[in-house]
Amino acid sequence: MTADQHRLSVCPGCTEPVEPADLFCGACGLDLSAAAAPAADTPTVALQTRDDTPSAPSAVPPPAADPGTDSFTLQPPAPRSADPREAGAAAPGGQACVACRAGRVDGDGYCENCGHAQPRERDHMEQESGPVAAVSDRGLRHHRNEDAFALAVATLPDGTPASVAVVCDGVSSATRPDEASAAASRTAADTLCEALPRGTHPQTAMHEAILAAARAVDALAGEPAEAREHAVQQNAPACTLVSTVVADGLLVVGWVGDSRAYWVPDDRSAPARLTEDDSWAAQMVAAGLMSEAQAYADERAHAITGWLGADSYELDPHTVSFKPDRPGVVVVCTDGLWNYAEAAEQMAEVLPADAATRPLHSARVLVGHALDGGGHDNVTVAVVPFPGPAKGAGSG
Amino acid sequence: MAILSKPDVPRFSVDVYQNEYLPEGAGEVNAVVTVTASGGGTLKGPAFAGGHGGHGERGGGDRAPDAAVVIMVDCSGSMDYPPAKMRGAREATAAAVDTLRDGVRFAVVGGTHVAREIYPGEGRLAVAGPDTREQAKQALRRLTAGGGTAIGTWLRLADHLLSTADVTIRHGILLTDGRNEHETPEALTSALEHCAGRFTCDARGVGTDWEVKEVTAIASALLGTADIVADPQNLAADFTSVMETAMGKGVADVALRLWTPAGARLRFVKQVAPSVEDLTDRRSEAGPRAGDYPTGSWGDESRDYHVCVEVPPAGIGREMLAARVSLVVPRPDGGADSLGAQGLVRAVWTDDLAASTSIDPQVAHYTGQAELAEAIRQGLEARKAGDADAATAKLGRAVQLAGLSGNADTAKLLSKVVDVVDEAAGTVRLKTKVAEADEMTLETRSTKTVRVKRRPHES
Repeated sequence: MTADQHRLSVCPGCTEPVEPADLFCGACGLDLSAAAAPAADTPTVALQTRDDTPSAPSAVPPPAADPGTDSFTLQPPAPRSADPREAGAAAPGGQACVACRAGRVDGDGYCENCGHAQPRERDHMEQESGPVAAVSDRGLRHHRNEDAFALAVATLPDGTPASVAVVCDGVSSATRPDEASAAASRTAADTLCEALPRGTHPQTAMHEAILAAARAVDALAGEPAEAREHAVQQNAPACTLVSTVVADGLLVVGWVGDSRAYWVPDDRSAPARLTEDDSWAAQMVAAGLMSEAQAYADERAHAITGWLGADSYELDPHTVSFKPDRPGVVVVCTDGLWNYAEAAEQMAEVLPADAATRPLHSARVLVGHALDGGGHDNVTVAVVPFPGPAKGAGSG
Repeated sequence: MAILSKPDVPRFSVDVYQNEYLPEGAGEVNAVVTVTASGGGTLKGPAFAGGHGGHGERGGGDRAPDAAVVIMVDCSGSMDYPPAKMRGAREATAAAVDTLRDGVRFAVVGGTHVAREIYPGEGRLAVAGPDTREQAKQALRRLTAGGGTAIGTWLRLADHLLSTADVTIRHGILLTDGRNEHETPEALTSALEHCAGRFTCDARGVGTDWEVKEVTAIASALLGTADIVADPQNLAADFTSVMETAMGKGVADVALRLWTPAGARLRFVKQVAPSVEDLTDRRSEAGPRAGDYPTGSWGDESRDYHVCVEVPPAGIGREMLAARVSLVVPRPDGGADSLGAQGLVRAVWTDDLAASTSIDPQVAHYTGQAELAEAIRQGLEARKAGDADAATAKLGRAVQLAGLSGNADTAKLLSKVVDVVDEAAGTVRLKTKVAEADEMTLETRSTKTVRVKRRPHES
């Protein structure tokens, strides 16, 4: 389904095909105008989350009987904390189905009437942590969200806070990519939160964090043989990783794979991409064999040449440190976003001007941009404000 | 729904093999469902005690077996031509009686145009033990040929006898050597409808004067096996193995319960291993959007089912439960006892063509096996009708499919009916002279399937 089909193509009540002009479903009589309205009202921001919606996690999805929040094609779960410790807490036992509204949801997460899978915890995740925020969405074309992120605020030995954001994209051609991305992002953030308070240099800590994340993904390969037995592919779990630490006037970026970080100064003077993809296209361009346009038009463009996982023989974590001379925002994202805003200038254009003060809102806008573009992949973005050069930066 | 927890009832497990990915707009979901029953303490008769039954605490005779068996033996006049048939039938029945586990209720019925109780008589069942086994074998001398064939009457008598026992497993073993000539086809059909679900029955044809369709119809309706025993000498071995299997059954009247979502259409449900049996028309409704398909009684065994569901297509990225497969024992009051296991058949819409266009190897294999059985049926029918071209084409396709899928037994049977010129291309010539037994064997066993070689680490 493309972006302009956000309006209903089938009846949410009985899945009968409907025409755009239909006011009621011809089969079951459902009022389609009420059901379709919200999708048309919120074209930019993802998933019926209004710009001014407070980010407080709510325990249950919107009541299914409320037609104003009940779009068949886009219904997300309520925004929830991405904290993995809260995952699995939802008991879907008696909930009404979001797709047909007629059936109850069974213990396996399917509607006992229409069979539709119910939105899962990871289909749409939002989190705010200190000055940092992130949003992750399943997108419009994939059946599950294989991206993951982790946010944290660490305290340096001198008591100043350091913002940490990690974004991972599961490799779809491998088994259990969703588990790989979750394990990698969590492990990397945990490692950074342990190393930074000990006074480890952020760039060294970043390097260690990526290696730790790689080990965590490697460890998954040895897990339940049963889970892998029926899988089509037998590749070990794998994912990309991009992470940033903002600490004391320093901006450190680390990555493996084709997830990216962009620098967008508040004054929009010179936005820049901070990462070099481990991808076929990037290698072609770097080797001077193709122009950027040619390379990214090739169907192999997104084949990645570096990743975390058991099949990766030579892990080469990239880490870079910057000392920006002005305040700005780091956009840390998967290709589900940057496919729709590839150049740093495009990213700067999409990013709201007040990103530094409203990071969650900005992350939602960026995800909405990707969904409006077609949402062909999972979309995950973290927005990390950089407050400006450290006071007394002369020493560092 | 209660969960059966009797210790001697096999535990069931369900595995689903499918490619759940569908392209945009598609709605047909195919899956192979493997149902495995294990831990039922399959027991052998006294002659086989200490064999591979395995479970010491359930040694033969310690536990009162919960089963009743009636053996129906054709005593029509033709059984004396040649006399080896009647002799073989007596020996086979004696062997079957020897295989009975102590405590199992049993009876022997002699069948002609009427049904006659041979042992123990007076509308009763005997309880297997050293004495009754000996008495039964003595009584077999009264199995003598003379009269016609009305199989419906045999089945009704068997049903009457079996209904006197309060047991879990009710089973019949039926042997015939001729056509069901002394009652109308409707009478047999009506008897089968009456008996279906009341007991299970294996059917055997001895010699080559019987009708394959009649024997397979009996086995199909009563959820048992059908086979040919062309040489009466082999009857005893066959009856022994049939009775061993019957003694191993631990739970009866098991139904495959399928839930499908609103708006879905169940295109077919077929047992595909160990043999092809279309169950689609045998559905009985079991609550909202659920239906039960009978599978008969189970011992320690594994069967495969091919389920094909048409669901309303949903958008790219959506996921739907296309079917939920479980095993139940329906109760007369309309409820059902769950056997625990269940499997999920899913549908996931994707724009990844590589994912949506691949066919699950299990589904592909059994689609081929079902086509193989159908090609043999059509080929033999064309051959009987004198249509050599159609017969050659169909049997050629059958040879090709049997070769592709590694169904060596069927390939061997086919090679007795056609000369294979090129197996891979399916090029064959009809043999000018075909032994009747070979053709009937192929027809009877055409639905036998082989499994995909899989899960090598388990072997």
